[in-house]
Amino acid sequence: MQTEQLTTLITSWVPDQKPGISKQYTEFILPTDKVHFVAKSLKENPETKMDYLFCLTAVDRKDGFHVVYHLTSSEFHHSLVLRVILTDKINPAIPTVSDIWRAAEYYEREVFDLFGIRFENHPDLRRLFLDEDWVGYPLRKDYKDSFTLER
Amino acid sequence: MYDFTSLIDSITTSLNRNFSPFWAGTISMMLLGIVLLLFYAVLGLYLVYAERKICARMQNRMGPNRVGPMGLFQTIADLIKLLLKELIFIRNADNFLFNIAPFIVIVASIMAIGSLPFAKGLQAVDLNIGVLYILAISSMGVIGILIAGWASNSKYSVIGAMRSGAQVISYELSVGLALLCIITFAGSMQFSEIISSQKDGWWIFKGHIPAMIAFVIYLIAGTAETNRGPFDLAEAESELTAGFHTEYSGIKFAFFFLAEYMNMFIIAAIATTMFLGGWLPFHLFQWHGFNRIMDFIPPLFWFFGKTAFVIYVMMWFKWTFPRLRIDQLLALEWKYLLPINLMNLVLIAFLTLMQWHF
Amino acid sequence: MEETIMDIDLREKEEYIINMGPQHPSTHGVLRFETCLQGERVKYLIPHCGYIHRGIEKMCEHLTYPQLVHLTDRMDYLSAHINNEAVALCVEKAMDVEVSDRVKYIRTIFAELTRIASHQLWWSAFGMDLGALTTFFYGLRDREKILDIFEETTGSRLTQSYITPGGLMADVHPNFQKRIKEFIKDFRKKLPEYDQLLTGNIIFRERTKGIGIMSKADAIDYGVTGPSGRGSGFHCDIRKIAPYSAYPFVKFNEITLVDGDTYARYLVRMKEMWESLNILEQLVDNIPQGKIMLELKAIKAPKGEYYQRVETARGELGVYIVSDGAPSPARIKFRSPNFSNLFIINKLAAGHKIADLVAISGSLDLVIPDIDR
Repeated sequence: MQTEQLTTLITSWVPDQKPGISKQYTEFILPTDKVHFVAKSLKENPETKMDYLFCLTAVDRKDGFHVVYHLTSSEFHHSLVLRVILTDKINPAIPTVSDIWRAAEYYEREVFDLFGIRFENHPDLRRLFLDEDWVGYPLRKDYKDSFTLER
Repeated sequence: MYDFTSLIDSITTSLNRNFSPFWAGTISMMLLGIVLLLFYAVLGLYLVYAERKICARMQNRMGPNRVGPMGLFQTIADLIKLLLKELIFIRNADNFLFNIAPFIVIVASIMAIGSLPFAKGLQAVDLNIGVLYILAISSMGVIGILIAGWASNSKYSVIGAMRSGAQVISYELSVGLALLCIITFAGSMQFSEIISSQKDGWWIFKGHIPAMIAFVIYLIAGTAETNRGPFDLAEAESELTAGFHTEYSGIKFAFFFLAEYMNMFIIAAIATTMFLGGWLPFHLFQWHGFNRIMDFIPPLFWFFGKTAFVIYVMMWFKWTFPRLRIDQLLALEWKYLLPINLMNLVLIAFLTLMQWHF
Repeated sequence: MEETIMDIDLREKEEYIINMGPQHPSTHGVLRFETCLQGERVKYLIPHCGYIHRGIEKMCEHLTYPQLVHLTDRMDYLSAHINNEAVALCVEKAMDVEVSDRVKYIRTIFAELTRIASHQLWWSAFGMDLGALTTFFYGLRDREKILDIFEETTGSRLTQSYITPGGLMADVHPNFQKRIKEFIKDFRKKLPEYDQLLTGNIIFRERTKGIGIMSKADAIDYGVTGPSGRGSGFHCDIRKIAPYSAYPFVKFNEITLVDGDTYARYLVRMKEMWESLNILEQLVDNIPQGKIMLELKAIKAPKGEYYQRVETARGELGVYIVSDGAPSPARIKFRSPNFSNLFIINKLAAGHKIADLVAISGSLDLVIPDIDR
């Protein structure tokens, strides 16, 4: 599917989407409450069939946490990026997509572990790499601990 | 062919001349015990060395070659290391059973060696139920394994021991039935009689197809009996752990290790005796010239040579094949080997009746 | 110790929990499997990772792009060149520069050699896990030749950091082409030996056929890529979907099978080794002349976000760089193939026996440092 068709499709679902930052892939910035609906529709729509979530990550920027979803279709090989900007940096929260793609379950645990973003309705949200009693979220820009070397 | 009976008789008569009958008997038994134990220990050491060298050559490397000329003293070094290791005592383990388990395994093994015919006259005890005795004694080894697993007080050991126990008692059936085939041919369970019935040819040739089938089944079942080769699930390193002997260290572990190699020797020795003619040389039809040359080689060499060949085959397929899973192992025995064995036995009984063997 | 309700409950159901790892001969790295067993059967399996989490992504935020290439070697150390290539390609895409054809050809040759070396080590370890201990020596004997080629050109056998943004660290050794041609000829004779030893063996087939069946839908849902995914029919070879470096110039087949069991994943890797030999043959004689390193004033990705996908020996590696125009990335994320390949193991192993668990985890070919980064 081409960019224009995708844009029309997404706009029909979410009228207030904004065009994205990435120049490489077609990108849409969505509000927090719409992302689950759009993701599910993208997977189930027979023309897009975005059944392969190949990257789910978070980026700590000045305007908030960006949660970035990279999707592609195993059949049509077209790709798409969805982005959600969470402005609340103290208690960021976003609905989970792990019921749509099973791979997301573990990506989201990693994001929770390293950024502290809570995923609502996640089946098993706990730390993945670090110990259960670790304090702090290392990949945040304001993370301070005695071991980090500042250059 | 050299007859050891005269040597043994001369020793017995000299003992009887010099001592009272009670002491003569005791001394002769002690001498026998010492000879057997020495034989057991030395053979065990060199079997381990042989395995390491053979497997190394199959794997494109050299094997031990530093300790002693060609690495001959490697196992002695290993033995010294094992003797010096700390004996670990397990908390909450049944200490009596824990300590006795390796001894059960070793004792069963040595008792079996005692009845093998090494050469004419060189047999410690020539029971008239020789084969039955050996089968019964090797069954006692299972008890040692199960006790070792239980007494270790560890989940892994129990799993390993249960698997091993199930495997050994299943395959004992096949071993027994395969040997029964030869007993049917020979008509006796006494080792010396079985060997003398092979004077005109080894049973594997005289018994043609059914004897070959029995030999193959015996080799497979024998390897499984000793937890070796493709049937070593119970002690495989890449499964859960080292199985029933995980918690043993030092000399107790050395006992299990040694007993495994000597059991392999016993299985090979019985295969040699029953199927390959024991200490009899290789005679081809009635070629007197050839036969005289074969007779020249001492029977001891024949016995150990044939046993070494069977041991080599067993080592060969340990290092080539992957492992069988426990359910595949048991399925192999109960669904395939046992029916084939039974049918083979019926066939052999029929052949013996009709005298259709050579 | 007092028996708790949980112990009594477990005992009545005859289940017990066993830890495989973190130190274990067959998990090939520090990974803990919390296995719940009922007799011999696995009821469920929870993998615990994080024992070798070094914080590579955080460290990279303080390093320049040429420096962080050295850290990528240590992620999936068996595909070291391909990891380096991924970062190099991403940075070059960001800076909108193109390297010379010579660099592209050499990068692809190294990538394919790495793929073969990785599959050789996988085969050795897989056979060893199943009990055929001789396979370990056969595979490593042949892998030594590839490592010698690496050492001659780059100076190091395992973690080379040779491919760097802008080109290569140095030109190849004069013996490079000769050695590769010798290797191809030699390995073509050795590879049928591997089949004789393991693939055709009835015991091996009984241990791997029908074990750990992964459906295509599951593979796509969990994001299992690489030979593990292709064994289930998921066409995920990035070398075909989005070719990079010299892959547009070569002809090769994407090996996909549909059975989805351990045997299929095994066969995919064996056939991939043949395909890699074909690719090497097409490339080795035709390396064009050209510059090894681009003359760049400074390696700085312009402001923006960039994503590069490459095909390592284990699956799709994604490098996602978020840059503010500085010499270091503001955020770099490595979408590692082993991370996605790991978590399907609960679904595959449930209902099978312990011995099958070893076969399944061997066939998924996990390298743990890649999971934890």
